[in-house]
Amino acid sequence: MQSKEQYLNLYRECRTLIGQHSAPVMNVLRDEAHDELLRMGFPTRQAEDYKYTDVEALMAPDYGLNISRLDIPVNPYDVFKCDVPNMSTSLYFVVNDRFYTKALPKVALPEGVILGSLKEMAEQYPDLVAKYYGRLADVRTDAITALNTMLAQDGLLLYVPKGVMVEKPIQLVNILRADVNFMVNRRVLIIIEDMAQARMLVCDHASDDIDFLATQVVEVVVGRGASFELYELEETTARTHRLSNLYVSQEADSNVHINGITLMGGTTRNTSRVTLAGRGAHIDLCGMAIADGHQHVDNHTAIDHAVSDCTSHELYKYVLDDEATGAFAGKVLVREGAQHTDSQQTNRNLCLTRQARMYTQPQLEIYADDVKCSHGATVGQLNEDALFYMQQRGISLGEARQLLMRAFVGEVIDGIRLEALRDRLHHLVEKRFRGELGKCGDCAVCK
Amino acid sequence: MEQPQDKNLNNARTDNEYVRSLTEEKYKYGFTTDVDTEVIPVGLSEEVVRLISAKKGEPEWLLDFRLRAYRYWLTLDMPQWAHLRIPEIDYQAISYYADPTKKKEGPKSLDEIDPEVMKTFDKLGIPLEERLALSGGMAVDAVMDSVSVKTTFKETLLEKGIIFCSISEAVREYPDLVKQYLGSVVNYRDNYFAALNSAVFSDGSFVYIPKGTRCPMELSTYFRINAANTGQFERTLIVADDDSYVSYLEGCTAPMRDENQLHAAIVEIVVMDRAEVKYSTVQNWYPGDAEGKGGVYNFVTKRGHCRGVDSKLSWTQVETGSAITWKYPSCILSGDNSQGEFYSVAVTNNYQQADTGTKMIHLGRNTKSTIISKGISAGRSENSYRGLVKVGEKADGARNYSQCDSLLLGSHCGAHTFPYMDIKNETAVVEHEATTSKISEDQLFYCNQRGIKTEDAIGLIVNGYAKEVINKLPMEFAVEAQKLLSVSLEGSVG
Repeated sequence: MQSKEQYLNLYRECRTLIGQHSAPVMNVLRDEAHDELLRMGFPTRQAEDYKYTDVEALMAPDYGLNISRLDIPVNPYDVFKCDVPNMSTSLYFVVNDRFYTKALPKVALPEGVILGSLKEMAEQYPDLVAKYYGRLADVRTDAITALNTMLAQDGLLLYVPKGVMVEKPIQLVNILRADVNFMVNRRVLIIIEDMAQARMLVCDHASDDIDFLATQVVEVVVGRGASFELYELEETTARTHRLSNLYVSQEADSNVHINGITLMGGTTRNTSRVTLAGRGAHIDLCGMAIADGHQHVDNHTAIDHAVSDCTSHELYKYVLDDEATGAFAGKVLVREGAQHTDSQQTNRNLCLTRQARMYTQPQLEIYADDVKCSHGATVGQLNEDALFYMQQRGISLGEARQLLMRAFVGEVIDGIRLEALRDRLHHLVEKRFRGELGKCGDCAVCK
Repeated sequence: MEQPQDKNLNNARTDNEYVRSLTEEKYKYGFTTDVDTEVIPVGLSEEVVRLISAKKGEPEWLLDFRLRAYRYWLTLDMPQWAHLRIPEIDYQAISYYADPTKKKEGPKSLDEIDPEVMKTFDKLGIPLEERLALSGGMAVDAVMDSVSVKTTFKETLLEKGIIFCSISEAVREYPDLVKQYLGSVVNYRDNYFAALNSAVFSDGSFVYIPKGTRCPMELSTYFRINAANTGQFERTLIVADDDSYVSYLEGCTAPMRDENQLHAAIVEIVVMDRAEVKYSTVQNWYPGDAEGKGGVYNFVTKRGHCRGVDSKLSWTQVETGSAITWKYPSCILSGDNSQGEFYSVAVTNNYQQADTGTKMIHLGRNTKSTIISKGISAGRSENSYRGLVKVGEKADGARNYSQCDSLLLGSHCGAHTFPYMDIKNETAVVEHEATTSKISEDQLFYCNQRGIKTEDAIGLIVNGYAKEVINKLPMEFAVEAQKLLSVSLEGSVG
């Protein structure tokens, strides 16, 4: 039996129940998503886009789902205390896929800004959500998106109206919490209207040592001249599998910065699809991964330069230890007529052991002549000479290695535009390399 | 200081005059030869495979090999992964064997060549008479359609123990060698076209360089398609035994025809301890006309196996012809310290499509590979680089450097790169770089300022861009390749 069957059956049996606990706007798309998933099935490693991550196998085990939306008791402050020092944020929680309303920040967001449960907001503002929901995330082209669209009941909506600037960064903490092996389908819709600005930090945590499978579909619509920054930090457990599909569409002169950082996890697959639809749009798409044990990190990016005068900048770095596997695929498509495109892509990787595997696959597809496009990819080790130099000066080999590795990933962290977060991440990365991340002493997991 | 500059300018001018005269002729190798050719009926079946084998008087084991390949081919579907739009090919509408050496009235001795065929090769500038060839110092195996017409300097080479002959002859004269190596690098199960070729292959060259021998002259094969509605399926096998060296050149042309012709070849190279093989190709099959009508489909599997320690294999290719090119000359580096190189210039113009690149498979310790690929696309063409660098678990200290540059001339063409890197060893150092750009306004302006016309300037810049690869070609080829580059791009800029 193929893995898709169990989910398709579940949907057929519980269609009404799923719909009852969600919003009509979200229910509209479920049947089509079901049909598409039935048609496509989950990708195996035969599929070019999923060559290095076997989704079919990940989907095979039996996971629990909270379809009837039972309350799961949790105190998010217990689970998560690792805030960012010196950074004042508007802090929100999503427990599994559900927006947590019992711990909202005291200071309200600027007027007109909507942030809340996707389900509730879709009921309150059906027109707004219907206009954008499922528009970028095409159920016909990706089985994970189809699955998520079929089953997702809640998540988060962020709406920043025209010209509004959200000064304070919005911090969102996703907590995975369950007693049995558990599947979560989270849906996020972010709408930044013309000339608006927002910054968002998303942290993924898992509070229980059981098997989690979290799918996530994030749709980001960025209007003319708008600016949006998204930092994603994954710090879960070796038994957590994350399948995240991020869709971004950018209008003219918009500026988007996305940084996906994987510090801990089991299987991570991040797909980012960016469409630069208006002239003068700019995207920074960055990411890094530090992986050990049997961790698997796969970043799949596709940037579509649909019109002229857009710029894109991609930087991905991996440090792979033990038997970790890393994969990176970066596709840049420059369509006919997209002249004056400037696109740079860099992927650099460190393999620290013999068993660590790295697969990298940068791709350029170019149909316009007046463009500047480049990509570079390297796989290698720490520089022997640099290590020797430092040892000569009394720095132990271990310490020297640490320094070099931190400097290596430092380039990605330095791209972060929030200073406090940058400092925090340097600190977290240092801890991660020392193997101390799992016992930070601040949160419930480590106590 | 002024003197050399002037000289360069003059050179540029004469070069371009030459180019212009060539362009007026368009594809100058597009003529056909009127020669009696024995063509077997169109279609592909087990009978046809048996017929080809029988015509060549092959031993039982080779017929078995062909039949196994044919039966396997029947189970396969045409691969779709390449970035190419390939119109459906009707394999039953092609004739798989055409022999221009057979006169209908009766058999003739092999040494006697039809004067028409002789003239054809003369016209192509390929010397079939040894006294002419002396000036070039090059031994040639000339293949027309499915048959090797003549191999020059065979005896001279044999004195040194070097075997250079057509593969059909090798099957007769040196069956053990052929049996040992045929299909050992490219298995008939390798891919769709490898299976097809293994089933119906006709002529090609066989080269064996014995231990400790340095081949005294360049070996070369010239492939010519002449007969209509035929496909060419040549097979080349090169074995370089311990401590030997050979430089091998390959050239090819075809007449201008409105229908497409299929060319599916296999080249296998075996490199033993401390041996070195240099394989150069100037591919100039008929590319189709300006509307994309006609042209050769060039679907080739080329692979070398560096079996021995310290062995070295170097591929150099200049790809200017063919309507569709599908070609990935590869190196399997299993000997310790072995080296693989791939230098490529691929030019596409009008409606040409090319999906070409290489595979470097590092299996031995301290293996090294270098990939330099330069793509130039113009008109409405599509040009892709596709490459794989694979480092196996035991390949300690493997090192790869890849550089893929694309140059776009015109706003309707496409340039793509699809590199794959699979690294399974932590001591490997792999680097890949790619850039895509057009000729910069500054460079053009600089040339214009100095009185060089835009068109000439583009010629200069393109040649400079491809120089890194062209320099790797043997001298005579390099000159030819440089001119080819300009011709292929003529009329595509400005």
